[in-house]
Amino acid sequence: MAYLLGIFFAILAFWMGNSGYYKPLMLGFAALSITVTLFACARMQLIDREGAPYVRLFGWLAYYPWLTWEVIKSNWVIIKACLRADLDIHPALVKIKTVCKSDLAKVTFANSITLTPGTVTVEIEGDKLLVHGLYEASTVPEAFLEMDRRCARAADPAEKRA
Amino acid sequence: MAELFALLANVWDTVRFPLGGAACLSGAILCIIGTIGVLRFPDFYTRVHAASITDTSGAGLVVVGMVLMAPSWIVVVKLFCILGFLLLTSATASHALVNAAHTAGLQPKIGPMAKRGHDDEEEGAH
Repeated sequence: MAYLLGIFFAILAFWMGNSGYYKPLMLGFAALSITVTLFACARMQLIDREGAPYVRLFGWLAYYPWLTWEVIKSNWVIIKACLRADLDIHPALVKIKTVCKSDLAKVTFANSITLTPGTVTVEIEGDKLLVHGLYEASTVPEAFLEMDRRCARAADPAEKRA
Repeated sequence: MAELFALLANVWDTVRFPLGGAACLSGAILCIIGTIGVLRFPDFYTRVHAASITDTSGAGLVVVGMVLMAPSWIVVVKLFCILGFLLLTSATASHALVNAAHTAGLQPKIGPMAKRGHDDEEEGAH
């Protein structure tokens, strides 16, 4: 029931933010569409931990500003690499091991690696990630330790954490 | 106090359009830089890295510029929705591309890239 309410309030906020009309007719349409969406969610069995991940909201709120700063820093490196007169890139393919346990944490970690310019996740197998990087120096496994730790803290449930 | 707030709102209304325009323009320039990178880099995997500049900072700055110039809060909410979906899906799309290339057996070029002339010689020798 709590998950259902969580999804309900998320959809309601989304509708309010997108519509901007608060006449009775429009609110009636809103109630109708929210009901249909909730019914579809229930049919697709989306009303569970992953559907309404409010427990981890604060972890994510702490994680994403840090990730934004990392993305800006590595953007600068790749911009310089694009515009340098002689191409000095040193591509590398490394396998790194993650401490993330749940699927959500692994996806967050792999997506963060891909979102950061200069590194891209090629494959996930169990707890190992194959990562392709533009500079070998910034693609060593040690370079991902902090991101890995922060992802695990942000998205792994507390009881699973090592 | 009310006067101060009115003054601040006035300054903000004057400043936000030049700021938003500058953000949009720099976002567009970053997209061009990403395209230059795509054209210059040697193989598929390295080109994906160059394209991710366009995905993250290019698109991000353009959307931030539009947020600064937005006429109402509704538009701001929509733009932040767009930014969020863009950041989530562009990373997923690059991963899908690279994963497909890897599964299909495309080998990445590994190791230091020499200058263009030297690189051509090496390829000729093989």
